[in-house]
Amino acid sequence: MDLFHTIIAILESTIRVSVPLIFAALAGLFTERAGVFDIGLEGKMLGAAFAAGAVAAVTGNVMMGLLAAVLISVLLSLVHGYASITQRGSQIVSGVAINFIVAGSTVILGEAWFRQGGRTPALSGDARFQTVTLPFADAVRDVPFLGPIYSELLSGHFILTYVAFALVPFSWWILYRTRFGLRLRAVGENPSAVDTAGISVIWLRYRAVICCGILCGFAGAYLSLAMSAGFVKGMTAGKGYIALAALIFAKWRPVNIMLACLLFGFLDAFAIRLQGNPLPLIGQVPVQLMQALPYILTVILLAGFIGKAIPPKAGGVPYVKER
Amino acid sequence: MSDIAIELRGIDKSFGLVHANKNINLTVRKGTIHGIIGENGAGKSTLMSILYGFYQADKGDIVIDGKTVTIKDPNAAIASGIGMVHQHFMLVENFTVLENVMLGAEESQILNTSISKARVELKRLEKEYALEVNPDALIEQLPVGLQQRVEILKALYRRADILILDEPTGVLTPPEADHLFRILGQLKDQGKTIIFITHKLREIMAITDEVSVMRRGEMVATRKTKETSVEELAELMVGRRVLLRVEKGAANLGEVKLSVENLTVRDGRGVTMVDNVSFNLRAGEIVGIAGVAGNGQSELLEAISGIRRAVGGKVLLNGKPIDVTGHVDPRELRDRGLGHVPEDRHHVGLVLKFEEAENGILGYHHEKRFLNGVFLNTKAIQADAEEKIKKYDIRPPNPRLKTANFSGGNQQKIVLAREMERGPDVLIIGQPTRGVDVGAIEFIHKRIIEMRDQGMAVLLVSVELDEIRALSDRIIVMFAGRVVGERDPDATEGELGLLMAGVEGRKEAAE
Repeated sequence: MDLFHTIIAILESTIRVSVPLIFAALAGLFTERAGVFDIGLEGKMLGAAFAAGAVAAVTGNVMMGLLAAVLISVLLSLVHGYASITQRGSQIVSGVAINFIVAGSTVILGEAWFRQGGRTPALSGDARFQTVTLPFADAVRDVPFLGPIYSELLSGHFILTYVAFALVPFSWWILYRTRFGLRLRAVGENPSAVDTAGISVIWLRYRAVICCGILCGFAGAYLSLAMSAGFVKGMTAGKGYIALAALIFAKWRPVNIMLACLLFGFLDAFAIRLQGNPLPLIGQVPVQLMQALPYILTVILLAGFIGKAIPPKAGGVPYVKER
Repeated sequence: MSDIAIELRGIDKSFGLVHANKNINLTVRKGTIHGIIGENGAGKSTLMSILYGFYQADKGDIVIDGKTVTIKDPNAAIASGIGMVHQHFMLVENFTVLENVMLGAEESQILNTSISKARVELKRLEKEYALEVNPDALIEQLPVGLQQRVEILKALYRRADILILDEPTGVLTPPEADHLFRILGQLKDQGKTIIFITHKLREIMAITDEVSVMRRGEMVATRKTKETSVEELAELMVGRRVLLRVEKGAANLGEVKLSVENLTVRDGRGVTMVDNVSFNLRAGEIVGIAGVAGNGQSELLEAISGIRRAVGGKVLLNGKPIDVTGHVDPRELRDRGLGHVPEDRHHVGLVLKFEEAENGILGYHHEKRFLNGVFLNTKAIQADAEEKIKKYDIRPPNPRLKTANFSGGNQQKIVLAREMERGPDVLIIGQPTRGVDVGAIEFIHKRIIEMRDQGMAVLLVSVELDEIRALSDRIIVMFAGRVVGERDPDATEGELGLLMAGVEGRKEAAE
């Protein structure tokens, strides 16, 4: 394959692996902008992936799978909300607890229900998302340069992929152009200001947490219904944490989030591509190094290149009315 | 229509064992400025929080415009025409003025329409009440005085007829406070009712029509401002006679303890904050540094106490030089006999999350008397704390209590006890009574004089001119980083005021 096609192929898989990151990072954007830190993105995504895989396998309907994913993920979000908003507990502890509970229970339930070593049955046909071919994709395939970009890079993805990218401007619009967004950002900066303005801090934060749950549900469903054909234990493999890194890296802004996720996705795709192939001039690169790159990059870039990432001021702090 | 805007009948509120408000009755007449005064912890803020719907009273009625209302949340308060300007501003710092004003009172779900409507309304309010502020400025870029104006606009935007201001001048410079008073006068003229909460007697006398005094959760008296005096109010507040003016004898001067020569300090941006300042400080005298906040006093204190590096000049402590332009170790300075009561006790003077006893030894914790080998000698620390609590009348007298739970005055006493009891040769004190109530001020002033009489050299910085005049044996006035004059304590307020404003000083420097 020539270089051009190699690049197209790497970029195509960049998009494929970026999608769950974008969903999850946008999910984190909504809660963290409202002042609720969420280290449990990973757990919610994993729970959603399992629910999607299991329900799609039983019903044979991909939409039922997606619905189940969203439900489970919202439910887990509400648990996080109850612990950290209503009971004013530590948001970190609650998030970590969710991650652990989900990591264990998906395997136990999967084994109990399907007896395939923690997997859900392989999905096919209507039980799985199919790729969408954009109009004229085949017609323009042979047009030099632009043809392959359209028909291979942009066309032929899952519907959720297009949803993910559409959600980026949509999230921006919600956050910066609606009343809900204004209040949500305000509650993440100074909840007292919101409270004294006669708005319920608690209800506002719950709504933010629910938004997060819905988006994590999409992320999980994408993993088990689109990217793979079924649930495999631990299939999120740290994507929730990478999404968090992307969120910080992007300074809690929607468009930056997309770019950060694409960058991290690219590193991932590049690493997969590189497996076993020596890099010119450098030679064999350990695959672990490539996998660690997103984290290393976040630390290095945050340390000096993109300036300070200032989190929402009230982030991580439960709201207590002061006397 | 009655001329009574708001009436409280028998309001009662307890938090656990603390009885914060006991059977409070209050009548506020329409179109007046009604002051509520009391020491910290007297229950003023609790009462206002009940009025604004933050808490519900256990008992009692709130009557607004002749109708009994229940105020179960801030929304209900806003609906009843009550607006509140909080002590700590309720503003989102990285939002614009406009966004802050309309937050919670947006016209529609879509922001653009809300913003354009709010802009028109804000313009109208600005014109009507002469409260100009750029609607598109970010709050964090505005000076404190303007931020407060935004808070007032927020209340007016919600059509408040009754404005509650909770300790509004605590964060303001004197000129900003004067400006606020003019605004409040204007609002009153336009028919608004204003409830003004403070613990500063002078403000009550300056702008209120009537004043109610609270003490330990009770409303002890209501007076027409014209018919009362500062002395009477102070006595009502504290519950005993208070000496507003400290008595002190002549200074008994000793040798020079601290000598500052041509000290120059720049801040982080490279702006010269202290410009070629020289003075001497002798044993047994108090030298007061007067000036409007931000004229280099803070930086001067920081440079002498070793917190900030100077760019030029010399400082001699007990005749030996301090390397102010190079490496200074505040701990070494302490060992050499320099005590420091910092201006900002919350951030520099104390660790609020520590217990009282722990804060009582902070900075001296390495001394043998507090140690058992490498471990802290908790018994000695406890005993030390108990002794200081007794001597300085720190309340509540509990060395294990978290420092954040003490009132401002008592926190200040913790710092003063720590620095004074060590018996330094030179004591530098910044804003000794900022945020401190009347009773404690009297005590602190007496202690400072006592220290002087014992032969300590005291350098006092305060933005309260009264305090400087009451305590100092010599007054140095700073303006724009320079010493613009030195006066006796019997110099008139007007004379010092002109120096502080930089008017007289320029002439003098030119001569």
